[in-house]
Amino acid sequence: MTEARIHRSTTSKSDVAVQTASWLALVALLVPLGLIVGDLLMRGATSLSPQFLVDSPSKAGREGGIGPVLLSTLLVMGVCLLVVVPLGLAAAIGLNEYLRRGGFAVRTVRIALDVLAGTPSIALGMFGYAFFCIALGMGVSILAGGLTLACMVMPLYVRLSEQALRTVPDDVRAAADALALRRYTAILRIVLPVAAPGLFAATGLALARALAETAALLFTSGYVSRTPGSLLDPGRVLAVHIFDLSMNVPGGDGPAYATALVLVALLLSVSGVPRLVRGFTRRWSHPV
Amino acid sequence: MLLAVIGRSAAVTVAGLVILIAGFLLLHAQPALREIGFVRFFADASWNPSPGPEGRFDIVPALVGSALATALAALIAVPIGITAALGSTFFVHRAVARLVDSGVGVLAGLPSVVIGLWGLTALVPWIARIRAPGASLLAAALVLAVMVVPTIYVASRGAFKSIPKTCLDGATALGMTRIGILRAAVLPTVKPALAVGAVLAITRALGETMAVVMVAGNVAAIPRSLFDPVRTLTANIALELPYATGLHRSALFAGGAGLMALTWSLVVLGRCISRAWSGEHND
Amino acid sequence: MAVVTSTGAAGVSVTGTVSVVGSSTIAPVLGELGRLFEAGHPGTRINVETGGSTRGIVEARSGRADIGMVSRALTVNEQDLAAYLVARDGVALILHSGLEVQSLKREQVIDIYTGRIDRWVGVGGPDAPISVIHKAEGRSTLEVFLDHFGLKPTDVRPSVVVGDNQQCIKSVASIPGAIGYVSIGAAEFAVADGVGIRLLPLDGICATTANVRAKRYALTRELNLVTDATVSPVTRAFIDFVLSSDATETIRDLYFVPIGD
Repeated sequence: MTEARIHRSTTSKSDVAVQTASWLALVALLVPLGLIVGDLLMRGATSLSPQFLVDSPSKAGREGGIGPVLLSTLLVMGVCLLVVVPLGLAAAIGLNEYLRRGGFAVRTVRIALDVLAGTPSIALGMFGYAFFCIALGMGVSILAGGLTLACMVMPLYVRLSEQALRTVPDDVRAAADALALRRYTAILRIVLPVAAPGLFAATGLALARALAETAALLFTSGYVSRTPGSLLDPGRVLAVHIFDLSMNVPGGDGPAYATALVLVALLLSVSGVPRLVRGFTRRWSHPV
Repeated sequence: MLLAVIGRSAAVTVAGLVILIAGFLLLHAQPALREIGFVRFFADASWNPSPGPEGRFDIVPALVGSALATALAALIAVPIGITAALGSTFFVHRAVARLVDSGVGVLAGLPSVVIGLWGLTALVPWIARIRAPGASLLAAALVLAVMVVPTIYVASRGAFKSIPKTCLDGATALGMTRIGILRAAVLPTVKPALAVGAVLAITRALGETMAVVMVAGNVAAIPRSLFDPVRTLTANIALELPYATGLHRSALFAGGAGLMALTWSLVVLGRCISRAWSGEHND
Repeated sequence: MAVVTSTGAAGVSVTGTVSVVGSSTIAPVLGELGRLFEAGHPGTRINVETGGSTRGIVEARSGRADIGMVSRALTVNEQDLAAYLVARDGVALILHSGLEVQSLKREQVIDIYTGRIDRWVGVGGPDAPISVIHKAEGRSTLEVFLDHFGLKPTDVRPSVVVGDNQQCIKSVASIPGAIGYVSIGAAEFAVADGVGIRLLPLDGICATTANVRAKRYALTRELNLVTDATVSPVTRAFIDFVLSSDATETIRDLYFVPIGD
C-alpha cells in the first residue's frame, strides 16, 4: 500500500501546532539515540577491526574478538524466529480470523499475552532454565536459549501481527466470502499480503527485542564464549558478552562498547532486510 | 480447516505459557508465602531480608517503585511515540521517515545494559548536578521511556500507515484542516492499535530490569520526590537473587509473582479504560 | 603465557566435560582458565555458567555442577562440600575523584554509612552532600565490609544500592560526592584506566593488591571453588590446574591475589 500524505489544503493554527509537536517528538526520539550511539562510537570505535568479528575472545574477552559470540547469536536468533514467526502468525490469525471476535477466548488470550509481555526477563530466564534446560533435558544450550527467547518475544509479535491483520478492512473479507473463496485462501492470498507491511514491522521489532535480550539468555543459552558445535552446545549471545565485559571484567569496557557497535550494525541491517523481502513479495501480492 | 485448527491451538498455547510461568513463580514463592505470610509482605517495617528472626520483608516500597517508574515512563513515552509516528507518517519527507524508522529499530535493539550504562555515565551525573545522588526515580523513568518508546512508535506507525490514501485524499478534497482530518478520519480507526502499543510498552517497562538497576538508586524506600532513589520489584530480584538463600530467595520469587499480579491488574485496568474511552468493544 | 601440558597429574590424559557454576565475580577468571585448559587438553570442555554464589553451592551439592564458584568463605552449613581457596580479593573504600578527602578514620566511615554525617564538610571536605553507595544484601563484599566496621545491615543508610563491582565503580565515578566499597583489584585497574575514582587507605594501610598479597591489608574476602565428595578425573585435573602455578598469571591478570602468592 502506498504511503499516504496529508496534503495541505487549509491550514489553521492548530495545524501548525500539531506539525510542530510531531517534529519535536521526532527530535525527542532521535536525541537519546544519537547520544547513546555517539557514546558507543566514542568509547568503542577504537577496539573495532575486521579481525574483531572473526577472532575468538581471549583474556576473558578483553583481547581477541567476538567471532564465536556472533555465531551463537545468529543461531539463537534463528531458532527463536523459526518458532516465533510460524507459531505467532498462526496465533494471530487464529485470534483475528477464526475465533469469535470479542469472545471470551480472544479476550483471555490477549490478556494472557499482555501479562506474558510483562514478565521480567530474569523470571523468564529462570523459567526457561527449569523448563527447557532441566525438565526437557536440553541443558544450557543454543536450543534452550532460542526457545526461551521465543517465549519472551512471542507476545510482542502476536499482538503486533494481530494489529496488522486488523488493519485489513472487513469488507475485503466480506468480498472474498461473496466470491465463495475458502476462508484460508482468503487469508493467505488476500489478507496476509495486505497486512504484510505491518507483519514485517512486527518481525523487525521482535527481532530487535530478541537481540537486546540479556538476562533470559544468560541462564539458558549460557555464558560460554566458545564456538558452539551444535544447537545443543552452550554459547553466549552479543548482549550477554556486552553485559559480562562491562559489569564483570575490569578493563572490559572498550571491547564491550565495540561489541555494542557490532550489535547496532546488525540491527541496522536487520531493519533493511524486511524491506527487501517486502519488495520481492510485492510482486505476487495485489495491493487492495 | 487446518489453518483454523492451527490458528486456534497456537493462540491457546501461547496463552498457556503464562500459566506455566505464573505457576513456576508461585511454586518457588511457596515457602516464603507459608513461613512469612502474605500480610507481612505489606506490614513489615522495611526490606532487610536477613536470615533468622530479624528478617524484614516489606515489599510495598518496591511495588510502589515499580508502579511509579512505569507510570512516569509511560507518561513520557506514549505521547512522544504516538506524535512521532504521526509526524513520520503524515508530515515529513519519506526519506526522513525511513531514517527515523531505522533509528527506532536500532533503539529497540539496544540491550538494556547498554542503555543502563549510558544512563549511569551520562544521565545520572547530569541529574546529580540538580540534586544528589542523581540515581533516582527520574533517571529510571527516563531510561524506561527510552526503552519503550520504540514499541509505541512501531505500533502507532503501523496503524497510521494502514489508513487508505483514498480516505485522506477525500478529506483533503473536502477542504478539511490537517488536524480535522486527524481527528475525524485517522484517530478513530487507530485507537485500538495505539492502545495495544501503549499496553505492550507499559508491561515491558514493568518487567525491565538491568537498565533500571543501574540508574534508579535501588534504595528500598518509597521515593518522596523525582530525585529520590527508587527500587523496583525487578531490581529487587536482579540485585539479590544470585546471592540469596532459602527464605530470602523464596521471598524474591514472591515479589516476582506479585509483579505478575500487578501486570495483570494494569492490563485489565487498561482494557476497561480503553473500552470506556472509545465506547465500543475495541479490545 | 603459561604452557599447559596435556597430561593430568598422574600422567594420564583426561577428557570429558566439566561444568562450573556460580559467582559472576569469579566466572571471567574460570572462563579464561577453562579456555587455557581446553587448549592444553584436547577432548576436554570446561563449561562455565554464572548465576551467583548460591547457585554454585546448590548445584555443586546436587551434582548438577561439577564445580561451584563461591565468592566468599563457606558457612557452617556448607561444610559438607569440599572447598578450594583459589584467591583473595581485597575490599577497599573508594571516593569520587573530585573530592579532596585524603583519608577517613574508622569512626568517620561508620558515621557516614549510618547517616550521622551527611555532608563532606563534616569530615574535613567541601560542603557537598555525601552519596553513600552500598552493596545489595547477600553479597560477600557487603558482609566483609559490615563485619569489619561492626555494623548490622539495618544500620546502614544508603543513598544508592548497587550490584556488582563495576556498577559500584561506575556509580562512584558518576556521582560527585560519592563513597563506596569495592574489590581492590577492580578499583586499581579503574584508577589506572583513568576512571574518576580514588582508593582510600584503611587504618593507614594503602589499599593495593600488593598489600593484600603481603597480608598487611585487613579487609579481604575469599574466592573459593567447591565440589561435593566425589569428583571425576577431568574435574580433578582442572582443579589442580586452577590451583597450580600455571594459573597464577591469569588470576593476577584479572586483578585477584592468587593463593599461591
